[in-house]
Amino acid sequence: MKELSLNILDIVQNSLTAGAAHIDIDLEETAETLRITVTDDGCGMNAETVRNVTDPFYTTRKTRAVGLGIPFFKLAAEQTGGRLELKSTPAAENADEHGTVISALFYKTSIDFTPLGDISSTLCTLIQGLDDNTDIKFRHSFPNGEVGLDTAEIRAVLGGVPLSTPEVLVLLKDDLAAQYAEIVSNDN
Amino acid sequence: MKSLEELAKIRERMAGKVALREGENSIRIVVGMATCGIAAGARPVLNAFVDEVAKQGVSDKATVSQTGCIGICQYEPVVEVFEPGKEKTTYVKMTPEKAARVVAEHIKGGKPVVEYTIGNTII
Repeated sequence: MKELSLNILDIVQNSLTAGAAHIDIDLEETAETLRITVTDDGCGMNAETVRNVTDPFYTTRKTRAVGLGIPFFKLAAEQTGGRLELKSTPAAENADEHGTVISALFYKTSIDFTPLGDISSTLCTLIQGLDDNTDIKFRHSFPNGEVGLDTAEIRAVLGGVPLSTPEVLVLLKDDLAAQYAEIVSNDN
Repeated sequence: MKSLEELAKIRERMAGKVALREGENSIRIVVGMATCGIAAGARPVLNAFVDEVAKQGVSDKATVSQTGCIGICQYEPVVEVFEPGKEKTTYVKMTPEKAARVVAEHIKGGKPVVEYTIGNTII
């Protein structure tokens, strides 16, 4: 992937497939590191599946025998000297507290660090395809501020107007751009 | 989130319009958004379809949605167009520029852009 934001778009599809109602996308930046964490309350995976998902030749899909989403994400982290962590509780083991946490640490100072890229575009793409039963909470924290967005909050304001309405998506993109601009101006 | 007030304004403007969106005769534009599609550039293609459908004023008859891998990764970004009562059209190796033309000629004009379809593409 050319941008980490594309990896995020890809990884979050796993949470959607897992039937998650709440997905948290958390980006934490320091001067030297970036940590990307996606937390969901989907159906989860058993221990054997968790062991297998970083193997490119493992997939639950039937169309092909390879699954590259998590291996790509892991590679992108490890090539900077970072790592990928994965924890999951399947619904079959715990009906009340199930889901998956995938977290990757990147060293931004590494020459092999892939830039985050257009994260706003990733969020708008996810929101465009979001069904009524799933909400996404996004947070991107910097030492000097924070950018955030919560689809539950947006839905409450919109009433019955769908999140996928083009005017809404344009507004969300502009809103994120304005929030990021504030972080940059805090820096100066 | 800074623009909650502007969101509320959209809600007021859209009141009454929403019910019209889910027409039964609507065309479905489906973009493949699995690992293969994303890596090949599906994100800007999807966003171009969303923008063009709104810009060219066909949002009452077409909806844009996302799907997973359909098994022809070498042709990604792949976009399928489903029209009621017609055969499915499969567009391959899509770009944002091609998306604009598909919306203009196929969705608006009713004629598929044959040169972008899977049968006319050599890889």
